[in-house]
Amino acid sequence: MGLQVLFFYLFAFIAVASAFMVIAARNPVYSVLFLILTFFNSAGLFLLTGAEFLAMILLVVYVGAVAVLFLFVVMMLDIDFAELRAGVLEYAPIGALIGLILAAELIIVVGGATFSPEVAKAISMPIPAVTERTNTAALGDVLYTHYVYFFQIAGLVLLVAMIGAIVLTLRHRENIKRQNIPQQVARTPETAVEVITVKPGQGI
Amino acid sequence: MEIGISHYLTVSAILFTLGVFGIFLNRKNVIVILMSVELILLAVNINMVAFSSFLNDITGQVFALFILTVAAAEAAIGLAILVVFYRNRGSIAVEDVNMMKG
Repeated sequence: MGLQVLFFYLFAFIAVASAFMVIAARNPVYSVLFLILTFFNSAGLFLLTGAEFLAMILLVVYVGAVAVLFLFVVMMLDIDFAELRAGVLEYAPIGALIGLILAAELIIVVGGATFSPEVAKAISMPIPAVTERTNTAALGDVLYTHYVYFFQIAGLVLLVAMIGAIVLTLRHRENIKRQNIPQQVARTPETAVEVITVKPGQGI
Repeated sequence: MEIGISHYLTVSAILFTLGVFGIFLNRKNVIVILMSVELILLAVNINMVAFSSFLNDITGQVFALFILTVAAAEAAIGLAILVVFYRNRGSIAVEDVNMMKG
């Protein structure tokens, strides 16, 4: 048990510290890298709770796709980040005040939370023991049966996001030579070749 | 000492607050605002997984999976809008975004 406590505090502390660095770092590239560190440590927290599949998905989806997407955009746009940083301390005191109040309220509310005994009776999908069914298999058992419509809708959401991102960023540039295959195929010898009889000594 | 659900909820509350504070702090930089939104969604996910684990009910993990999906879609769309906005305006300052009003 001691090891679990140790790892919980390790992951939690690094996650919170790097989340603070995400919003405090001057350079957005550092922000993205700290975001990746936050996701890694959150995946560690997920592992401690037994959600192995979600931990791995968090790494694959967030670190592998979303964070790299952020890195691409940060590096692709040529932005003067120092200028964007200019008025950063203007709203910091009021933001810190609101943040502290919000954090204090949340921690007071959740700090001493315990479950009432009736909650255990209301459980709809109990997690099977790890020895008989792995976390991934248990999640699949529920996801592809009870939640199959929601699963399909999640796929549709991703499809719409993909189409939306393509439609938004695709631009049709003018003044660029493109190959027009129907036009090329439709050419006949009459339209393509012109025979000119040149008289000797005169040129065209 | 035992790690209970309140430990996880506290970590998630702190992450959530940091996300909200990040929006206040970097209110000119849309990229960091998007990253703050990701932090907020991550805090929600930690809540879901912690409740799922301590209640011994796998529904929370299914829900966390869907939140993950929506967060990925949101990041893709948000960054696409950001790229288009930068192409039109030459900056990503949030103050100029009300130009997009009709």
